[in-house]
Amino acid sequence: MPNAGLDSGTYTSYLMHQMPAEPGAVSAATCISARDVSRWFGDNHVLDGVDLDVSLHRRLGIVGASGGGKSTLLSLIGGLDEPDEGMVSVQGCEKAADRLARCALMPQRDLLMPWRLAIDNAGLALENKGISRKDARARVKPMFERFGLAGAELRRPGELSGGMRQRIAFLRTLLAEKEVLLLDEPFGALDSLTRAGMQDWLSSALDAEPRTVVLVTHDVEEALLLCNEVVVMSARPGRIMDRIQVSLPKEGTHREIVAQPEFVALRERALEALET
Amino acid sequence: MSAEVQDPAVEAVTSARRAKKPEGRFARPARFARTYGLSLLVVLLLLGIWEVISRTGKVKDYILPAPDQVLSELWNDWGLVYRSATWVTFQEMFIGFLIATAAGLGIAMLLHWSPVLRRAIYPLLIASQTIPIVVLAPILAIIMGYNIGPKLVVVALVCFFPIAINTLDGLRSVDEEYVRMMRTLHGTRWLTFRRIELPSAMPSFFSGMRVSAAFAPVGAVFGEFSGSNDGLGFVMLQAGPQLQTTRVFAAVLLLTVMSILLVLAVSFSERLIAPWAHQPRRNT
Repeated sequence: MPNAGLDSGTYTSYLMHQMPAEPGAVSAATCISARDVSRWFGDNHVLDGVDLDVSLHRRLGIVGASGGGKSTLLSLIGGLDEPDEGMVSVQGCEKAADRLARCALMPQRDLLMPWRLAIDNAGLALENKGISRKDARARVKPMFERFGLAGAELRRPGELSGGMRQRIAFLRTLLAEKEVLLLDEPFGALDSLTRAGMQDWLSSALDAEPRTVVLVTHDVEEALLLCNEVVVMSARPGRIMDRIQVSLPKEGTHREIVAQPEFVALRERALEALET
Repeated sequence: MSAEVQDPAVEAVTSARRAKKPEGRFARPARFARTYGLSLLVVLLLLGIWEVISRTGKVKDYILPAPDQVLSELWNDWGLVYRSATWVTFQEMFIGFLIATAAGLGIAMLLHWSPVLRRAIYPLLIASQTIPIVVLAPILAIIMGYNIGPKLVVVALVCFFPIAINTLDGLRSVDEEYVRMMRTLHGTRWLTFRRIELPSAMPSFFSGMRVSAAFAPVGAVFGEFSGSNDGLGFVMLQAGPQLQTTRVFAAVLLLTVMSILLVLAVSFSERLIAPWAHQPRRNT
Protein backbone atom coordinates (compact mmCIF):
# COMPACT_ATOMS: atom_id res chain seq x y z
CA MET A 1 0.00 0.00 0.00
CA PRO A 2 1.46 3.31 -1.01
CA ASN A 3 0.18 5.27 1.96
CA ALA A 4 0.80 2.74 4.71
CA GLY A 5 2.27 4.30 7.82
CA LEU A 6 1.51 7.86 6.81
CA ASP A 7 -1.43 8.83 8.90
CA SER A 8 -0.40 11.67 11.12
CA GLY A 9 -2.60 14.49 10.03
CA THR A 10 -1.37 17.53 8.20
CA TYR A 11 2.12 16.09 8.20
CA THR A 12 0.88 13.38 5.91
CA SER A 13 -0.59 15.93 3.62
CA TYR A 14 2.67 17.85 3.68
CA LEU A 15 4.64 14.74 2.82
CA MET A 16 2.27 13.74 0.06
CA HIS A 17 2.47 17.14 -1.49
CA GLN A 18 6.23 17.32 -1.27
CA MET A 19 6.92 13.84 -2.47
CA PRO A 20 4.48 12.57 -5.05
CA ALA A 21 5.18 8.99 -5.99
CA GLU A 22 7.29 8.55 -9.11
CA PRO A 23 5.17 8.65 -12.26
CA GLY A 24 4.87 5.16 -13.58
CA ALA A 25 5.94 3.63 -10.28
CA VAL A 26 2.74 1.66 -9.91
CA SER A 27 2.82 -1.16 -7.43
CA ALA A 28 1.11 -4.41 -8.27
CA ALA A 29 -1.82 -3.75 -5.96
CA THR A 30 -2.46 -0.20 -7.16
CA CYS A 31 -5.71 0.05 -9.06
CA ILE A 32 -6.22 3.77 -9.57
CA SER A 33 -3.48 6.28 -9.70
CA ALA A 34 -3.49 10.01 -10.48
CA ARG A 35 -0.36 12.16 -10.73
CA ASP A 36 -0.38 15.94 -10.58
CA VAL A 37 -3.75 16.15 -12.33
CA SER A 38 -5.05 19.59 -13.32
CA ARG A 39 -8.14 20.54 -15.27
CA TRP A 40 -9.49 23.85 -16.52
CA PHE A 41 -12.93 24.57 -17.97
CA GLY A 42 -12.28 27.77 -19.89
CA ASP A 43 -10.94 30.17 -17.27
CA ASN A 44 -12.18 28.03 -14.41
CA HIS A 45 -9.37 26.21 -12.72
CA VAL A 46 -11.23 23.18 -11.39
CA LEU A 47 -8.50 20.77 -10.29
CA ASP A 48 -4.98 21.65 -9.28
CA GLY A 49 -2.18 19.11 -8.90
CA VAL A 50 -4.20 16.21 -7.53
CA ASP A 51 -2.37 13.01 -6.59
CA LEU A 52 -4.25 9.86 -5.71
CA ASP A 53 -3.56 6.18 -5.21
CA VAL A 54 -6.21 3.58 -4.56
CA SER A 55 -5.22 -0.05 -4.08
CA LEU A 56 -7.26 -2.92 -5.40
CA HIS A 57 -10.56 -3.43 -3.56
CA ARG A 58 -9.97 -0.43 -1.32
CA ARG A 59 -12.46 2.40 -0.97
CA LEU A 60 -11.48 6.02 -1.32
CA GLY A 61 -13.80 8.78 -0.14
CA ILE A 62 -13.55 12.28 -1.59
CA VAL A 63 -15.17 15.02 0.49
CA GLY A 64 -15.19 18.71 -0.23
CA ALA A 65 -17.30 21.77 -0.83
CA SER A 66 -19.57 21.69 -3.86
CA GLY A 67 -17.97 23.05 -7.00
CA GLY A 68 -14.63 21.68 -5.81
CA GLY A 69 -14.12 19.50 -8.85
CA LYS A 70 -15.00 16.22 -7.14
CA SER A 71 -17.27 15.05 -9.93
CA THR A 72 -14.71 16.21 -12.50
CA LEU A 73 -12.16 13.99 -10.79
CA LEU A 74 -14.56 11.04 -11.12
CA SER A 75 -15.04 11.76 -14.83
CA LEU A 76 -11.26 11.88 -15.27
CA ILE A 77 -10.75 8.55 -13.53
CA GLY A 78 -13.61 6.98 -15.49
CA GLY A 79 -12.24 8.03 -18.87
CA LEU A 80 -15.17 10.37 -19.60
CA ASP A 81 -12.78 13.32 -19.58
CA GLU A 82 -9.06 13.97 -20.03
CA PRO A 83 -6.82 16.00 -17.71
CA ASP A 84 -5.13 19.14 -19.05
CA GLU A 85 -2.03 18.28 -17.07
CA GLY A 86 -0.85 15.16 -15.31
CA MET A 87 -1.75 11.53 -15.74
CA VAL A 88 -4.53 9.20 -14.63
CA SER A 89 -4.31 5.44 -14.84
CA VAL A 90 -6.67 2.62 -13.95
CA GLN A 91 -5.12 -0.81 -13.58
CA GLY A 92 -2.07 0.51 -15.38
CA CYS A 93 -4.02 1.85 -18.36
CA GLU A 94 -3.72 5.54 -19.22
CA LYS A 95 -5.87 5.75 -22.37
CA ALA A 96 -9.37 7.18 -21.79
CA ALA A 97 -11.07 4.30 -23.62
CA ASP A 98 -9.21 1.77 -21.50
CA ARG A 99 -10.13 3.60 -18.29
CA LEU A 100 -13.75 3.73 -19.45
CA ALA A 101 -13.66 -0.02 -19.99
CA ARG A 102 -12.68 -0.52 -16.34
CA CYS A 103 -14.99 1.93 -14.55
CA ALA A 104 -18.73 2.07 -13.95
CA LEU A 105 -20.38 5.31 -12.87
CA MET A 106 -23.29 5.68 -10.48
CA PRO A 107 -24.63 9.22 -10.81
CA GLN A 108 -26.20 11.24 -8.02
CA ARG A 109 -29.73 10.94 -9.35
CA ASP A 110 -30.72 7.31 -9.78
CA LEU A 111 -31.55 7.86 -13.50
CA LEU A 112 -33.68 4.73 -13.61
CA MET A 113 -35.56 4.51 -16.86
CA PRO A 114 -39.31 4.67 -16.39
CA TRP A 115 -39.77 2.55 -19.51
CA ARG A 116 -37.90 -0.37 -17.97
CA LEU A 117 -39.01 -2.59 -15.11
CA ALA A 118 -36.88 -2.53 -11.98
CA ILE A 119 -35.18 -5.80 -12.88
CA ASP A 120 -34.42 -4.63 -16.43
CA ASN A 121 -33.02 -1.35 -15.12
CA ALA A 122 -30.58 -3.33 -12.97
CA GLY A 123 -29.67 -5.58 -15.88
CA LEU A 124 -29.07 -2.74 -18.34
CA ALA A 125 -25.30 -3.24 -18.57
CA LEU A 126 -25.75 -6.99 -19.16
CA GLU A 127 -28.16 -6.32 -22.02
CA ASN A 128 -25.75 -3.73 -23.40
CA LYS A 129 -23.11 -6.44 -23.50
CA GLY A 130 -25.40 -8.47 -25.79
CA ILE A 131 -26.90 -10.82 -23.21
CA SER A 132 -30.58 -11.50 -23.92
CA ARG A 133 -33.16 -9.95 -21.62
CA LYS A 134 -34.20 -13.37 -20.39
CA ASP A 135 -30.66 -14.37 -19.45
CA ALA A 136 -30.01 -10.95 -17.92
CA ARG A 137 -33.09 -11.34 -15.72
CA ALA A 138 -31.93 -14.77 -14.62
CA ARG A 139 -28.64 -13.20 -13.56
CA VAL A 140 -30.24 -10.23 -11.80
CA LYS A 141 -33.00 -12.06 -9.95
CA PRO A 142 -30.77 -13.66 -7.26
CA MET A 143 -29.08 -10.29 -6.74
CA PHE A 144 -32.46 -8.72 -5.98
CA GLU A 145 -33.01 -11.37 -3.33
CA ARG A 146 -29.56 -10.93 -1.84
CA PHE A 147 -29.76 -7.14 -1.70
CA GLY A 148 -33.17 -6.70 -0.09
CA LEU A 149 -35.10 -6.03 -3.28
CA ALA A 150 -37.08 -9.26 -3.50
CA GLY A 151 -40.60 -8.60 -4.74
CA ALA A 152 -39.67 -5.37 -6.53
CA GLU A 153 -38.50 -7.04 -9.76
CA LEU A 154 -41.52 -6.31 -11.89
CA ARG A 155 -42.29 -2.84 -10.54
CA ARG A 156 -41.87 0.35 -12.52
CA PRO A 157 -39.30 2.74 -11.02
CA GLY A 158 -42.05 5.30 -10.35
CA GLU A 159 -43.66 2.89 -7.88
CA LEU A 160 -40.52 2.50 -5.74
CA SER A 161 -39.18 4.47 -2.79
CA GLY A 162 -36.04 6.59 -3.09
CA GLY A 163 -33.98 4.06 -1.14
CA MET A 164 -35.03 1.17 -3.35
CA ARG A 165 -34.40 3.12 -6.50
CA GLN A 166 -30.90 3.88 -5.27
CA ARG A 167 -30.28 0.20 -4.55
CA ILE A 168 -31.33 -0.69 -8.07
CA ALA A 169 -29.07 2.03 -9.44
CA PHE A 170 -26.19 0.55 -7.44
CA LEU A 171 -26.94 -2.98 -8.66
CA ARG A 172 -27.00 -1.66 -12.22
CA THR A 173 -23.52 -0.20 -11.66
CA LEU A 174 -22.27 -3.41 -10.02
CA LEU A 175 -23.63 -5.57 -12.85
CA ALA A 176 -21.50 -3.70 -15.38
CA GLU A 177 -18.93 -6.13 -13.94
CA LYS A 178 -16.11 -3.62 -13.88
CA GLU A 179 -13.34 -3.39 -11.32
CA VAL A 180 -13.84 0.26 -10.38
CA LEU A 181 -17.09 1.76 -9.11
CA LEU A 182 -17.34 5.54 -9.25
CA LEU A 183 -20.10 6.67 -6.91
CA ASP A 184 -21.05 10.32 -7.29
CA GLU A 185 -23.04 11.41 -4.21
CA PRO A 186 -25.05 8.18 -4.38
CA PHE A 187 -27.31 9.06 -1.47
CA GLY A 188 -27.37 12.83 -1.90
CA ALA A 189 -31.06 12.91 -2.75
CA LEU A 190 -32.22 10.76 0.18
CA ASP A 191 -33.54 11.87 3.56
CA SER A 192 -31.18 11.33 6.47
CA LEU A 193 -32.92 8.27 7.91
CA THR A 194 -33.01 6.41 4.58
CA ARG A 195 -29.46 7.59 4.03
CA ALA A 196 -28.16 5.92 7.21
CA GLY A 197 -29.88 2.66 6.23
CA MET A 198 -28.43 2.86 2.74
CA GLN A 199 -24.90 3.41 4.07
CA ASP A 200 -25.13 0.17 6.07
CA TRP A 201 -26.58 -1.55 3.06
CA LEU A 202 -23.87 -0.32 0.70
CA SER A 203 -21.17 -1.31 3.15
CA SER A 204 -22.44 -4.89 3.38
CA ALA A 205 -23.08 -5.04 -0.35
CA LEU A 206 -19.45 -4.07 -1.00
CA ASP A 207 -18.24 -6.62 1.54
CA ALA A 208 -20.14 -9.25 -0.44
CA GLU A 209 -19.00 -7.97 -3.86
CA PRO A 210 -15.59 -6.39 -3.32
CA ARG A 211 -14.65 -3.66 -5.80
CA THR A 212 -12.35 -0.70 -5.92
CA VAL A 213 -14.52 2.26 -5.04
CA VAL A 214 -14.20 6.00 -5.33
CA LEU A 215 -17.02 7.66 -3.42
CA VAL A 216 -17.68 11.36 -3.83
CA THR A 217 -19.78 12.89 -1.08
CA HIS A 218 -20.23 16.13 0.82
CA ASP A 219 -21.01 14.12 3.96
CA VAL A 220 -17.86 13.56 6.04
CA GLU A 221 -19.51 10.89 8.21
CA GLU A 222 -20.61 8.94 5.17
CA ALA A 223 -17.08 8.95 3.76
CA LEU A 224 -15.57 7.83 7.09
CA LEU A 225 -18.14 5.08 7.53
CA LEU A 226 -17.77 3.61 4.08
CA CYS A 227 -14.16 4.18 3.09
CA ASN A 228 -10.63 3.06 4.00
CA GLU A 229 -9.16 6.41 3.12
CA VAL A 230 -10.71 9.86 2.86
CA VAL A 231 -9.24 12.82 1.03
CA VAL A 232 -10.48 16.31 1.80
CA MET A 233 -10.58 18.70 -1.16
CA SER A 234 -10.62 22.48 -1.15
CA ALA A 235 -13.02 24.62 -3.12
CA ARG A 236 -12.03 25.79 -6.61
CA PRO A 237 -9.37 25.10 -7.67
CA GLY A 238 -9.72 21.67 -6.09
CA ARG A 239 -6.60 20.67 -4.18
CA ILE A 240 -6.15 17.87 -1.70
CA MET A 241 -6.02 19.42 1.77
CA ASP A 242 -5.74 16.27 3.88
CA ARG A 243 -5.61 12.51 3.56
CA ILE A 244 -7.10 10.50 6.38
CA GLN A 245 -6.53 6.76 6.81
CA VAL A 246 -9.62 5.22 8.34
CA SER A 247 -9.20 2.09 10.44
CA LEU A 248 -12.20 1.96 12.69
CA PRO A 249 -13.77 -1.09 14.26
CA LYS A 250 -16.82 -1.67 12.07
CA GLU A 251 -18.65 -3.53 14.81
CA GLY A 252 -21.85 -2.15 16.25
CA THR A 253 -24.70 -0.10 14.92
CA HIS A 254 -24.45 3.02 12.86
CA ARG A 255 -25.06 5.20 15.93
CA GLU A 256 -22.51 3.35 18.06
CA ILE A 257 -19.78 3.70 15.45
CA VAL A 258 -20.49 7.38 14.97
CA ALA A 259 -20.25 7.94 18.73
CA GLN A 260 -16.82 6.32 19.15
CA PRO A 261 -14.10 8.78 20.20
CA GLU A 262 -11.82 7.64 17.33
CA PHE A 263 -14.58 8.36 14.85
CA VAL A 264 -15.31 11.74 16.38
CA ALA A 265 -11.62 12.65 16.23
CA LEU A 266 -11.39 11.75 12.51
CA ARG A 267 -14.55 13.67 11.76
CA GLU A 268 -13.23 16.75 13.54
CA ARG A 269 -9.99 16.49 11.62
CA ALA A 270 -11.82 16.26 8.30
CA LEU A 271 -14.12 19.15 9.11
CA GLU A 272 -11.14 21.24 10.17
CA ALA A 273 -9.42 20.51 6.85
CA LEU A 274 -12.60 21.47 5.03
CA GLU A 275 -12.67 24.85 6.73
CA THR A 276 -9.12 25.83 5.86
CA MET B 1 -22.87 -7.66 8.51
CA SER B 2 -24.68 -9.80 5.98
CA ALA B 3 -25.88 -8.56 2.64
CA GLU B 4 -29.45 -9.81 3.18
CA VAL B 5 -30.85 -6.56 4.46
CA GLN B 6 -34.58 -6.47 4.96
CA ASP B 7 -36.15 -3.26 3.89
CA PRO B 8 -39.31 -1.60 5.15
CA ALA B 9 -39.55 0.10 1.75
CA VAL B 10 -40.53 -3.21 0.12
CA GLU B 11 -43.41 -3.42 2.53
CA ALA B 12 -44.34 0.21 1.86
CA VAL B 13 -44.63 -0.49 -1.86
CA THR B 14 -46.81 -3.54 -1.39
CA SER B 15 -49.16 -1.73 0.91
CA ALA B 16 -49.32 1.23 -1.49
CA ARG B 17 -50.45 -1.18 -4.20
CA ARG B 18 -53.00 -2.67 -1.90
CA ALA B 19 -54.33 0.78 -1.12
CA LYS B 20 -54.83 1.47 -4.83
CA LYS B 21 -57.27 -1.43 -5.32
CA PRO B 22 -60.43 -0.28 -3.50
CA GLU B 23 -61.03 2.48 -6.05
CA GLY B 24 -63.26 -0.12 -7.68
CA ARG B 25 -64.87 -0.27 -11.06
CA PHE B 26 -66.31 3.24 -10.99
CA ALA B 27 -62.85 4.72 -10.72
CA ARG B 28 -62.44 5.27 -14.46
CA PRO B 29 -65.81 6.92 -15.13
CA ALA B 30 -65.27 9.05 -12.04
CA ARG B 31 -61.87 10.20 -13.29
CA PHE B 32 -63.33 10.87 -16.75
CA ALA B 33 -66.12 12.97 -15.23
CA ARG B 34 -63.65 14.93 -13.13
CA THR B 35 -61.40 15.63 -16.12
CA TYR B 36 -63.93 16.37 -18.85
CA GLY B 37 -67.21 16.93 -16.99
CA LEU B 38 -67.05 20.73 -16.93
CA SER B 39 -66.00 21.06 -20.57
CA LEU B 40 -68.89 18.80 -21.62
CA LEU B 41 -71.22 20.99 -19.59
CA VAL B 42 -69.99 24.11 -21.42
CA VAL B 43 -70.54 22.42 -24.80
CA LEU B 44 -74.08 21.38 -23.85
CA LEU B 45 -74.82 24.89 -22.60
CA LEU B 46 -73.61 26.48 -25.86
CA LEU B 47 -75.65 23.98 -27.91
CA GLY B 48 -78.71 24.83 -25.79
CA ILE B 49 -78.28 28.56 -26.40
CA TRP B 50 -77.80 27.92 -30.12
CA GLU B 51 -80.94 25.76 -30.27
CA VAL B 52 -82.99 28.43 -28.48
CA ILE B 53 -81.76 31.22 -30.79
CA SER B 54 -82.58 29.17 -33.90
CA ARG B 55 -86.02 28.17 -32.59
CA THR B 56 -87.09 31.78 -31.95
CA GLY B 57 -87.01 32.25 -35.73
CA LYS B 58 -85.08 35.52 -35.47
CA VAL B 59 -82.26 33.94 -37.50
CA LYS B 60 -83.12 32.24 -40.81
CA ASP B 61 -82.32 28.54 -40.77
CA TYR B 62 -80.35 28.79 -44.03
CA ILE B 63 -78.01 31.08 -42.07
CA LEU B 64 -77.91 29.23 -38.76
CA PRO B 65 -79.74 25.90 -38.65
CA ALA B 66 -80.57 24.51 -35.21
CA PRO B 67 -78.45 21.64 -33.88
CA ASP B 68 -81.39 19.25 -34.07
CA GLN B 69 -81.92 20.12 -37.75
CA VAL B 70 -78.27 19.28 -38.42
CA LEU B 71 -78.65 15.95 -36.65
CA SER B 72 -81.80 14.98 -38.50
CA GLU B 73 -80.18 15.99 -41.81
CA LEU B 74 -77.31 13.63 -40.97
CA TRP B 75 -79.72 10.86 -40.00
CA ASN B 76 -81.91 11.17 -43.10
CA ASP B 77 -79.20 11.62 -45.75
CA TRP B 78 -76.50 9.42 -44.22
CA GLY B 79 -76.71 6.69 -46.84
CA LEU B 80 -77.33 9.09 -49.72
CA VAL B 81 -74.69 11.74 -49.11
CA TYR B 82 -72.47 11.29 -46.11
CA ARG B 83 -71.42 7.67 -45.87
CA SER B 84 -69.21 7.55 -48.96
CA ALA B 85 -68.01 11.15 -48.48
CA THR B 86 -66.94 10.43 -44.90
CA TRP B 87 -65.15 7.28 -45.96
CA VAL B 88 -63.25 9.10 -48.72
CA THR B 89 -62.19 11.96 -46.44
CA PHE B 90 -61.29 9.53 -43.66
CA GLN B 91 -58.96 7.64 -45.99
CA GLU B 92 -57.23 10.82 -47.14
CA MET B 93 -56.86 12.03 -43.58
CA PHE B 94 -55.72 8.74 -42.07
CA ILE B 95 -53.27 7.63 -44.76
CA GLY B 96 -51.86 11.15 -45.07
CA PHE B 97 -51.40 11.22 -41.31
CA LEU B 98 -49.59 7.89 -41.31
CA ILE B 99 -47.26 9.11 -44.06
CA ALA B 100 -46.59 12.27 -42.03
CA THR B 101 -45.86 10.22 -38.91
CA ALA B 102 -43.40 7.95 -40.68
CA ALA B 103 -41.71 10.85 -42.45
CA GLY B 104 -41.61 13.01 -39.30
CA LEU B 105 -40.08 10.27 -37.19
CA GLY B 106 -37.61 9.37 -39.94
CA ILE B 107 -36.44 12.94 -40.56
CA ALA B 108 -36.15 13.61 -36.81
CA MET B 109 -33.94 10.54 -36.34
CA LEU B 110 -31.83 11.43 -39.36
CA LEU B 111 -31.28 15.01 -38.19
CA HIS B 112 -30.52 13.78 -34.68
CA TRP B 113 -27.89 11.37 -35.95
CA SER B 114 -26.16 13.64 -38.40
CA PRO B 115 -25.03 17.09 -37.22
CA VAL B 116 -24.20 17.99 -40.83
CA LEU B 117 -27.70 17.19 -42.05
CA ARG B 118 -29.11 19.03 -39.05
CA ARG B 119 -27.22 22.19 -39.93
CA ALA B 120 -28.23 21.83 -43.59
CA ILE B 121 -31.90 20.97 -43.21
CA TYR B 122 -33.19 22.20 -39.84
CA PRO B 123 -33.34 25.93 -40.84
CA LEU B 124 -35.03 24.99 -44.13
CA LEU B 125 -37.56 22.93 -42.22
CA ILE B 126 -38.47 25.92 -40.05
CA ALA B 127 -38.53 28.24 -43.06
CA SER B 128 -40.79 25.85 -44.97
CA GLN B 129 -43.52 26.59 -42.45
CA THR B 130 -43.86 30.13 -43.75
CA ILE B 131 -45.31 28.63 -46.95
CA PRO B 132 -49.07 28.42 -46.52
CA ILE B 133 -49.30 24.74 -47.36
CA VAL B 134 -53.04 24.68 -47.98
CA VAL B 135 -52.70 27.08 -50.91
CA LEU B 136 -50.34 24.61 -52.53
CA ALA B 137 -53.34 22.32 -52.94
CA PRO B 138 -54.48 23.76 -56.30
CA ILE B 139 -50.98 23.44 -57.71
CA LEU B 140 -50.80 19.83 -56.53
CA ALA B 141 -54.20 19.16 -58.10
CA ILE B 142 -52.91 20.49 -61.41
CA ILE B 143 -49.80 18.31 -61.21
CA MET B 144 -51.30 15.13 -59.78
CA GLY B 145 -54.93 15.20 -60.88
CA TYR B 146 -58.23 14.68 -59.10
CA ASN B 147 -57.33 11.40 -57.39
CA ILE B 148 -56.37 10.81 -53.74
CA GLY B 149 -52.69 11.70 -54.37
CA PRO B 150 -52.72 15.50 -53.92
CA LYS B 151 -54.93 15.19 -50.81
CA LEU B 152 -52.47 12.80 -49.19
CA VAL B 153 -49.63 15.19 -49.98
CA VAL B 154 -51.46 18.17 -48.45
CA VAL B 155 -52.39 16.21 -45.29
CA ALA B 156 -48.85 14.87 -44.97
CA LEU B 157 -47.31 18.32 -45.45
CA VAL B 158 -49.60 19.88 -42.85
CA CYS B 159 -49.06 17.08 -40.30
CA PHE B 160 -45.39 16.38 -40.85
CA PHE B 161 -43.86 19.44 -39.23
CA PRO B 162 -45.17 19.21 -35.63
CA ILE B 163 -44.20 15.53 -35.50
CA ALA B 164 -40.68 16.07 -36.86
CA ILE B 165 -39.90 19.09 -34.68
CA ASN B 166 -41.33 17.64 -31.47
CA THR B 167 -39.54 14.34 -31.96
CA LEU B 168 -36.25 16.05 -32.74
CA ASP B 169 -36.58 18.22 -29.63
CA GLY B 170 -37.37 15.15 -27.58
CA LEU B 171 -34.32 13.32 -28.90
CA ARG B 172 -32.05 16.28 -28.27
CA SER B 173 -33.27 17.10 -24.78
CA VAL B 174 -32.12 13.83 -23.25
CA ASP B 175 -30.29 14.39 -19.97
CA GLU B 176 -26.52 14.35 -20.68
CA GLU B 177 -26.01 12.45 -17.42
CA TYR B 178 -27.88 9.45 -18.90
CA VAL B 179 -25.51 9.40 -21.83
CA ARG B 180 -22.42 9.58 -19.59
CA MET B 181 -23.73 6.79 -17.38
CA MET B 182 -24.62 4.68 -20.41
CA ARG B 183 -21.05 5.01 -21.73
CA THR B 184 -19.70 3.46 -18.53
CA LEU B 185 -22.25 0.60 -18.75
CA HIS B 186 -21.00 -0.88 -22.04
CA GLY B 187 -23.36 1.41 -23.99
CA THR B 188 -22.50 2.19 -27.61
CA ARG B 189 -23.86 5.19 -29.55
CA TRP B 190 -26.54 2.97 -31.11
CA LEU B 191 -27.54 1.37 -27.79
CA THR B 192 -27.76 4.78 -26.16
CA PHE B 193 -30.06 5.86 -28.97
CA ARG B 194 -32.22 2.75 -28.77
CA ARG B 195 -32.42 2.39 -25.00
CA ILE B 196 -32.29 6.01 -23.81
CA GLU B 197 -32.89 8.64 -26.48
CA LEU B 198 -35.70 7.02 -28.45
CA PRO B 199 -37.82 6.04 -25.42
CA SER B 200 -37.33 9.42 -23.76
CA ALA B 201 -38.40 11.15 -26.97
CA MET B 202 -41.64 9.13 -27.17
CA PRO B 203 -43.76 11.57 -25.11
CA SER B 204 -42.68 14.49 -27.35
CA PHE B 205 -43.28 12.38 -30.44
CA PHE B 206 -46.83 11.68 -29.31
CA SER B 207 -47.55 15.33 -28.45
CA GLY B 208 -46.46 16.17 -31.98
CA MET B 209 -48.80 13.51 -33.32
CA ARG B 210 -51.67 14.84 -31.25
CA VAL B 211 -51.21 18.37 -32.63
CA SER B 212 -50.99 16.97 -36.15
CA ALA B 213 -54.08 14.80 -35.71
CA ALA B 214 -56.11 17.94 -35.14
CA PHE B 215 -54.77 19.44 -38.41
CA ALA B 216 -55.26 16.36 -40.56
CA PRO B 217 -58.94 16.89 -41.54
CA VAL B 218 -58.18 20.51 -42.45
CA GLY B 219 -55.57 19.27 -44.90
CA ALA B 220 -57.94 16.72 -46.39
CA VAL B 221 -60.74 19.26 -46.86
CA PHE B 222 -58.46 21.83 -48.48
CA GLY B 223 -57.20 19.12 -50.80
CA GLU B 224 -60.79 18.40 -51.80
CA PHE B 225 -61.64 22.08 -52.23
CA SER B 226 -58.97 22.31 -54.89
CA GLY B 227 -60.34 19.58 -57.09
CA SER B 228 -62.32 16.48 -56.25
CA ASN B 229 -65.55 14.67 -56.95
CA ASP B 230 -66.16 13.11 -53.56
CA GLY B 231 -65.44 13.65 -49.87
CA LEU B 232 -66.80 15.95 -47.19
CA GLY B 233 -64.97 18.96 -48.65
CA PHE B 234 -66.70 18.28 -51.97
CA VAL B 235 -70.08 18.04 -50.16
CA MET B 236 -69.47 21.41 -48.48
CA LEU B 237 -68.40 22.97 -51.79
CA GLN B 238 -71.61 21.79 -53.45
CA ALA B 239 -73.97 22.64 -50.59
CA GLY B 240 -72.67 26.15 -49.81
CA PRO B 241 -73.81 28.00 -52.99
CA GLN B 242 -77.19 26.22 -52.85
CA LEU B 243 -77.77 27.59 -49.34
CA GLN B 244 -78.00 24.04 -47.98
CA THR B 245 -76.42 25.31 -44.79
CA THR B 246 -77.62 22.33 -42.77
CA ARG B 247 -75.56 20.10 -45.04
CA VAL B 248 -72.45 22.24 -44.54
CA PHE B 249 -72.92 22.07 -40.78
CA ALA B 250 -73.41 18.30 -40.93
CA ALA B 251 -70.12 17.93 -42.83
CA VAL B 252 -68.34 20.14 -40.30
CA LEU B 253 -69.73 18.00 -37.49
CA LEU B 254 -68.46 14.82 -39.16
CA LEU B 255 -65.02 16.37 -39.66
CA THR B 256 -64.91 17.39 -36.00
CA VAL B 257 -65.82 13.88 -34.89
CA MET B 258 -63.13 12.40 -37.14
CA SER B 259 -60.58 14.81 -35.73
CA ILE B 260 -61.49 13.89 -32.15
CA LEU B 261 -61.36 10.18 -32.97
CA LEU B 262 -57.91 10.58 -34.50
CA VAL B 263 -56.63 12.45 -31.43
CA LEU B 264 -58.10 9.74 -29.19
CA ALA B 265 -56.47 7.04 -31.32
CA VAL B 266 -53.12 8.78 -30.87
CA SER B 267 -53.60 8.96 -27.10
CA PHE B 268 -54.58 5.31 -27.05
CA SER B 269 -51.46 4.26 -28.97
CA GLU B 270 -49.39 6.35 -26.60
CA ARG B 271 -50.79 4.42 -23.66
CA LEU B 272 -49.88 1.18 -25.41
CA ILE B 273 -46.45 2.15 -26.70
CA ALA B 274 -45.22 4.65 -24.08
CA PRO B 275 -47.20 4.02 -20.89
CA TRP B 276 -44.49 5.70 -18.78
CA ALA B 277 -45.28 9.10 -20.28
CA HIS B 278 -48.19 9.57 -17.89
CA GLN B 279 -46.82 7.85 -14.83
CA PRO B 280 -46.31 9.91 -11.71
CA ARG B 281 -42.64 10.39 -10.92
CA ARG B 282 -41.25 10.35 -7.43
CA ASN B 283 -37.89 11.04 -5.86
CA THR B 284 -36.22 12.42 -8.92
